[in-house]
Amino acid sequence: MTRRGRGFWAAAVALALLLAGVVSWYASTSPDGLERVAEDHGFVDRAEDHLLDDSPLAGYGVEGVDDERLSGGLAGVAGVLVTLAVGAVVFRLVRRRGRGATGAP
Amino acid sequence: MHIPDGFVDAPTSAVAGVVAAGSVAVAARRCGEQLGERQVPLAAVTAAFIFAAQMLNFPVAAGTSGHLLGGVLAAVLVGPWAGVVCITVVLAVQALLFADGGLTALGLNVVNLAVVGCLGGWLVYRALRAVLPDRAAGVELAAGLAAFASVPLAAAAFVLEFAVGGTADVDLGRVLAAMVGTHVLIGVGEGVLTALVVGAVLRARPDLVRDGPGAPHPPAPGVGAEEVPG
Repeated sequence: MTRRGRGFWAAAVALALLLAGVVSWYASTSPDGLERVAEDHGFVDRAEDHLLDDSPLAGYGVEGVDDERLSGGLAGVAGVLVTLAVGAVVFRLVRRRGRGATGAP
Repeated sequence: MHIPDGFVDAPTSAVAGVVAAGSVAVAARRCGEQLGERQVPLAAVTAAFIFAAQMLNFPVAAGTSGHLLGGVLAAVLVGPWAGVVCITVVLAVQALLFADGGLTALGLNVVNLAVVGCLGGWLVYRALRAVLPDRAAGVELAAGLAAFASVPLAAAAFVLEFAVGGTADVDLGRVLAAMVGTHVLIGVGEGVLTALVVGAVLRARPDLVRDGPGAPHPPAPGVGAEEVPG
């Protein structure tokens, strides 16, 4: 990969980490569109508790970290890194399985 | 827009799960054939970026917020099939790690955000590209407008699912009007953000944008798509 290529990836990942780790603190906490409509039309209470509500990162916070800002930021960073890793594995797998149609460039 | 468990009954959720699994399987096969080696990191970074962007709720009206869904953004950057896989990865991470979006509702969410939001939005994008100039400004405008349209489309898909298997007795016409109305506002944010990000990538690395200026115009997915070489 060229130096220019590495720079672009590094910048994109850094931006994602910054958005999820820092900027997310300033996100609106109002209900989203679906939640709001569900409240207004009386079916929001049909929502069941999530089966994984007790998991360590549930609700975009890290269990045991009391500082809310730090907790949310760490959860965001973890989410970006996990998504990046899962994405890399998944796309490598589907590419390997689908190869033959294109051949490696 | 992430549907929690309980809004839609189990049979409807199961059918959506089958549709979602089938769609993702087709998307994975198609993107496996089309994805170049250089596009693997872009696809993974696109998924991570969309995860981050989905944490950033912006206010759209008093007491209501929305966030980027990212379907059209992913489709334009890495192609519609890889885009479906991107959004599905994001939804799976959110549901399994962050308890965001129901587990039995995962199929519904994949149908609405990956199939309707990404593939459906991409069809709108291709239609707009056909009539807009084939240069950066045309790509950005088409991406922005398609992204805008994809949000109320996904919202309408939820209402359709709710009409089939909703667990509450509601006035569906009013719910449809409210969902589409609210998500038109969120769609404005989706359109602006998508156009900005596509524009930024086009300026920095135009070679990475799969469906950018000068890209061949493939037919719609599933419509004679078998003949299109990678």
